[in-house]
Amino acid sequence: MARPASRRPGINRKAQYSLFASYVVAVVGATIGLLLVVVAIFDPTGFAAIRIATSEVSRPVSNTLKGMVSGVGSVDEVLAAYWRAGSQNVALRRQVEADRNRIIEAKAVAQENVRLKKLLRLVDSDASEVLTARLIASSATSARRFARLNAGRWQGVRPGMPVRAPEGLIGRIHITTPNSSEVLLITDTSNIVPVRRANDSIPAISTGLGDGSVEVRALTAGRNPFKPGDLLVTSGIGGVYQPNIPVAVVVRAQGEIAYAVPLANPARVDAVVVERAFEDAVTRTGPAAPGVADEPAAGNVAQP
Amino acid sequence: MIDPHLYHVPRLGRHPSRFRLAGTPVITVMLGSFLTALPVIAQSPIMPPFGLLLLLAWRLLRPDLWRAWIGLPLGLFDDVMSGQPVGSAMFLWTVALIGIDAIEQRMVWRGYRQDWLIATLAIIFCISGGLFFARITGGGNVTLFLVAPQMVWTILLFPFIVRQCAWIDRWRVMA
Repeated sequence: MARPASRRPGINRKAQYSLFASYVVAVVGATIGLLLVVVAIFDPTGFAAIRIATSEVSRPVSNTLKGMVSGVGSVDEVLAAYWRAGSQNVALRRQVEADRNRIIEAKAVAQENVRLKKLLRLVDSDASEVLTARLIASSATSARRFARLNAGRWQGVRPGMPVRAPEGLIGRIHITTPNSSEVLLITDTSNIVPVRRANDSIPAISTGLGDGSVEVRALTAGRNPFKPGDLLVTSGIGGVYQPNIPVAVVVRAQGEIAYAVPLANPARVDAVVVERAFEDAVTRTGPAAPGVADEPAAGNVAQP
Repeated sequence: MIDPHLYHVPRLGRHPSRFRLAGTPVITVMLGSFLTALPVIAQSPIMPPFGLLLLLAWRLLRPDLWRAWIGLPLGLFDDVMSGQPVGSAMFLWTVALIGIDAIEQRMVWRGYRQDWLIATLAIIFCISGGLFFARITGGGNVTLFLVAPQMVWTILLFPFIVRQCAWIDRWRVMA
């Protein structure tokens, strides 16, 4: 196929000018685009206002689709479960019987715990929860790991608030629009979470790798203390995340870095909980105090 | 019995509306960008950038359809939907379109394979450029290795997308 004739304006002066003008517009526009990126280097959450219109359109769409297809994400799990159904059934039944006794013990311990707390007049006023919402979409084409939450500023969500699921930590709020917000997942390469090993409190820092796992660097000197199977929980340092939220399990240790897989898979969790930033939840004077400040907590905002 | 292939033959005195002629390609590209609204919570960049694929497909299928500046509005919409920093696709798409124009000036004879090659270059440029922008705007240490699979199947998906575009195009130009 020869190139089309219409791109060559020939000797028509008007067509020549029009073609030239279109290139001028394109080059100027591309330069503006580059400038916008440069602005984003200094202010990554800027231009949130531009996203309001599209997020208002896409939120109902994503929300409806999410309602229709929730469960599709775990199809592979269902199929894998069928694969070894028989042997798995026997193993699980034994497990249940073994666990039953432990549950009864745990219930007794919990009851005793409540009684002792009453004796000590300790009151657990954990009013840090803001709301429960669902993750409805994500930045599937981008190298950054954002998920969209179907609750926003009007529902009380503010940038910097931690987001967690029953299984573990999901991330924190990055940008809010009136009815939806973007969650920076803990697997994003810029999300840094201060963690500690659950059994002996060795402090470490977890950074996302962008591919669904995180890398963990111990803050202690000496050789890498982590080994596969270690459970990591948030340490509460920095004031964003509550302490003792499960984060990840170490799967591989290599040199000074340990690789871990988050416990909460954002694709599988049904609902997530948005909490107040830890610092705000702790320093509030009473339950009637106003919500958190509009800006993210300055302590632990991850710097690139 | 009418041959099913002739259902869309233009009838005498009827023309497709201007909105259909000009709007269909723009709307399909925007729908491609809008696919990130699907309820998929991705753990890594897995989804091919359908907006970019459709833009390239339309551009290579119908060179006379758009001027290079069409990358600006469509790129802006894609940036807003994709989670990339605003301005990233605006810049990359427009530069890619200008580049395709420049290649077209030099290559006199073009066929299916040359189109695919051009699209491959444009896809590699746009995805690695987007990665670079994500990296400098606070993305931390993202490596090229992370987007390599996405790049590969975006390139492999291009012929399929061109086929779909051609199919839509036949509907577009025939009333």
